[in-house]
Amino acid sequence: MKKVHSNYMELKFPSRSENESFARVAVASFVSQLDPTMEELTDIKTVVSEAVTNAVIHGYEEREDGIITIRTEIEGSRVFIEIRDEGVGIRDIDQARQPLFTSKPELERSGMGFTIMENFMDEVEIISEPGRGTTVRMVKNLKTPHRTMAN
Amino acid sequence: MGLSVEVTDSRNVLVVRLAGELDHHTAEKVRNEIDEKLTTGLYTNLVFNLSGLTFMDSSGLGVLLGRYKRVSQLGGNMILCAVNPSIYRLMELSGLFKILPIYQSEQSALQACGVTL
Repeated sequence: MKKVHSNYMELKFPSRSENESFARVAVASFVSQLDPTMEELTDIKTVVSEAVTNAVIHGYEEREDGIITIRTEIEGSRVFIEIRDEGVGIRDIDQARQPLFTSKPELERSGMGFTIMENFMDEVEIISEPGRGTTVRMVKNLKTPHRTMAN
Repeated sequence: MGLSVEVTDSRNVLVVRLAGELDHHTAEKVRNEIDEKLTTGLYTNLVFNLSGLTFMDSSGLGVLLGRYKRVSQLGGNMILCAVNPSIYRLMELSGLFKILPIYQSEQSALQACGVTL
């Protein structure tokens, strides 16, 4: 039986807004070994950007000394992404997931972050505890036949 | 990477050309440059040419919606043009086209604002 290609990576970086682009490019670059379509890659970049931005703005309230951790795993054509902060946490997750809901309208937030994550990924799980932080876990099953670095 | 903001005008239309990546980090620059121009009172309409924009997330949606509110308060219109397919998909998902018209080119967007070229 052919072994399923699997691999993982982990990143830790401070909660500075300039790291938003670094984070999405790093995850997309890691996932590229599965040869995703441009659309799949854009989806992944977008959701990473959403979750990291949430950690910067909401989790750490724009303090730049928080730590954001990203773990990306691939197994066959399945991509798992976990984005974690140790910030203020979310009091009401159901409310946070509502389209157009934002706790910071004064910052011109669109309130679409979680809606975009739910639409672009196959599974989205949010685990949060006030005062302890927030973890977002997302799964995307790549649709396209893929080549891997292993073959 | 990053974002470049080019601002020009055509009569009472402020034209903003964005190139690069619009996210939370680059949003403030766009907001400041546009709001500074709108404050002059010379413009009532706003056209966004997004042909060079390669990435945008919900922070970008927030910037666009914020400018839409300002321009609406001035009694003007805001129009988007030359949106690439991946950004179009994000806008469509967000329901942005329910309030913002979209045109193929900057020229057609300007014509829609009543500017004859």
